[in-house]
Amino acid sequence: MSSRTMALPKQRIRTGRRSNPPEPTQGIQSLVLRVLVYGAAICTFAVLLFLIGYILIRGIPYLTPDLFSLEYTSENCSMLPSIITTVEMTLLSLVIAIPVSVFTAVYLVEYAKKGNKLVGLMRLTTETLSGIPSIVYGLFGMLFFVTQLHWKLSLLSGSLTLSIMVLPLIMRSTEEALLAVPDLYREASFGLGAGRLRTVFRIVLPSAMPGILAGIILAVGRIVGETAALIYTAGTATELPSGLFSSGRTLAVHMYCLSSEGLHTDQAYATAVVLLLIVLAMNTISALIARKLTKN
Amino acid sequence: MKRQKILETGMSWLFALCACMSIVAVVLICVFLFANGVPAMKEIGFIKFLLGTDWAPKNQPASYGILPMIIGSLCVTIGAVVIGVPIGLLTAVFLSRFCPKKLHSVLEPLVQLMAGIPSIIYGFFGLVVMVPLARMIPGCTGVSMLTASVLLGIMILPTIINLSESALNAVPDSYYEGALALGATHERSVFFAVLPAAKSGILAAAVLGIGRAIGETMAVIMVAGNQARIPTSMLKGIRTMTANIVLEMGYATGLHRQALIATGVVLFVFILIINLTFSILKKRGEKV
Amino acid sequence: MSMHTKYKIQDLNLHYGTFHALKNINLELPEKEITAFIGPSGCGKSTLLKTLNRMNDLVEGCSIDGTVLLDGEDIFDRMDVNVLRRRVGMVFQKPNPFPMSIYDNIAFGPRTHGIRKKAKLDEIVEKSLRDAAIWDEVKDRLDKSALGMSGGQQQRLCIARALAIQPEVLLMDEPTSALDPISTMKVEDLVQELKREYTIVMVTHNMQQATRVSDKTAFFLLGEVVEFNETAELFSMPKDQRTENYITGRFG
Repeated sequence: MSSRTMALPKQRIRTGRRSNPPEPTQGIQSLVLRVLVYGAAICTFAVLLFLIGYILIRGIPYLTPDLFSLEYTSENCSMLPSIITTVEMTLLSLVIAIPVSVFTAVYLVEYAKKGNKLVGLMRLTTETLSGIPSIVYGLFGMLFFVTQLHWKLSLLSGSLTLSIMVLPLIMRSTEEALLAVPDLYREASFGLGAGRLRTVFRIVLPSAMPGILAGIILAVGRIVGETAALIYTAGTATELPSGLFSSGRTLAVHMYCLSSEGLHTDQAYATAVVLLLIVLAMNTISALIARKLTKN
Repeated sequence: MKRQKILETGMSWLFALCACMSIVAVVLICVFLFANGVPAMKEIGFIKFLLGTDWAPKNQPASYGILPMIIGSLCVTIGAVVIGVPIGLLTAVFLSRFCPKKLHSVLEPLVQLMAGIPSIIYGFFGLVVMVPLARMIPGCTGVSMLTASVLLGIMILPTIINLSESALNAVPDSYYEGALALGATHERSVFFAVLPAAKSGILAAAVLGIGRAIGETMAVIMVAGNQARIPTSMLKGIRTMTANIVLEMGYATGLHRQALIATGVVLFVFILIINLTFSILKKRGEKV
Repeated sequence: MSMHTKYKIQDLNLHYGTFHALKNINLELPEKEITAFIGPSGCGKSTLLKTLNRMNDLVEGCSIDGTVLLDGEDIFDRMDVNVLRRRVGMVFQKPNPFPMSIYDNIAFGPRTHGIRKKAKLDEIVEKSLRDAAIWDEVKDRLDKSALGMSGGQQQRLCIARALAIQPEVLLMDEPTSALDPISTMKVEDLVQELKREYTIVMVTHNMQQATRVSDKTAFFLLGEVVEFNETAELFSMPKDQRTENYITGRFG
């Protein structure tokens, strides 16, 4: 007993020394790693904020009323026609893409039997679609809609091309939203004698609506920002398209034309601002919906 | 009651039909690309087309060798990966294991925003900011492989960050705790116990990033210089396959046009291989 | 009893947010003995165990007051938490080998603490695996993934991994709850062996296990230590009515 108590102070000194700087190697290594992690994160977000800030600051002064006149001339470089074209193109693409992709998701989640070979193929192809770069969509649209179906460079060719492109996007978010609907709802509906169809339309789809909406808004962002898939399917005509079969340029294509010509840099800045603001708005709305979704 | 039954069956067929659209789309894309591209390759000669170093459609006789563009695409992609993967991965590590919750709820939407910014805006930013910067490097023309690589590296960041972060989040806490309990610091636990466990997910992220980089078009056109020759230096201009298509499709006719479509076919094959690798890696990641 | 006290816990209180998880804990854990913590789930025994190597630091909203002395030194005060964890190894409820080779699993700790020489690492790996009585089973496949082992082997690997940094104390959080009876027996035998060199604190759900392996037992209820005594005594003549109720199976 006494020897132990005697030993105690000694031990305290020893352990005291041990608790000083641990292993220098680990200390230095950890410091380096921490610097790298923080550095990379700062780098990423600084670049993003710089990009947004730079374009806004340089572009906003050039947002003149001239840029929004109804007619495009080579002097005013008005972007209003392309904004209207963008809206038309977006609506048209969505009209086609939404039913197809939502129904696809409904089929995969509510109807398809597990282990169905066709379902595996469907998943494989949607995954493939989501990996195809937009230029390849553009080539395909040009070969199929423009040349093969003789639809020329037109609103219709462009929007059909885009609708294939955003198919996997809406489909995936719808599928996730449908899967998140508790089976309890379905059982309750079946229990009340509702058929499968009624259950899908009255119970499942409404509860999955926010998720589907978030996906659709992401798709809108993608359509609005798309360039490569449109140049050779919808063309670059500057005036408002007069019908489904006439050519027109969306805002992003307009911006490409402006900046590649190199003559209208100021207008290009201003167009970039509008484009960026639209995309920012879309993202914010989508994020808000998603946040509401996770809260519930 | 009968009417309802007909409606039920009818709609279920409609759903199934819609679900088949993705298959139809992929088949159509394959058929039309290959049917239009492969004959041109045959006419030019597969070897001459793929390994030819001269792209001179205006020459008499014209020559269609896309090796410079293949190498160009590969070079900028490698450059993008060298820049984008480490930064993206480290940022993902930050978001997943270093970032306070409140900050995370601010930064996460920013990453989504970064993914949503159109490539034409990235390209414009590259043109007006990065190209002048690059010109300050002695011997650099501004529009160059280096500029394109850096820009692509930035553009693939959100892809890398998103996928790596979910891979990191999927690692069970027990690995992290196990390392901590051995006296490892937070950093060492994350990098040497958690990171290895997320390996295949991170690899999948990198592969998807490669796919995005190699398929990127509009941004690259604006900063790469687009000279169709085999690159000799990081500081010189370069042309990718995607740029080749967009730049010349507007006025190309006949064999020239078909050769451009064939360029698209080559790109498409690259993408298919990358996608396949990605899904294999992703499956492997889910298993562990 | 000329036992040296390894851990001295004084007036320890722990809150998770507003939940009072540990109430006025006072315990002295003797060196080179096995102390078992028993009690119904949610009684705080695991929480106390995790306090001993400060794994609770990870839990958000966790606040601690009181002192815990390791060899007379306050672990919350000036002691580097990584050094504390080096001195106090931990074995978890579920075996948690890293997704790497058996060798790398064992070498993780020593490498963390600056040992890089291959020969030295080889020596440590072999010694730790031998000490954990698993060397003969794995010596031919050290470079194979640890995830391919059976659950019992994984747990003994985790014990070996903890031993590789030569800790003074080994904390075990229900180390056999995920194992089959034969593996459980092997781990219990191993723990008995390890007692010669290490101070062991073990949380267990299983009262038979506590009687089989431990020298001392603390009975926890609702965040309090109800009774702490020699294992044999605690189980044969509990002083507190609640202890008796528990060990005779009236609740929990």
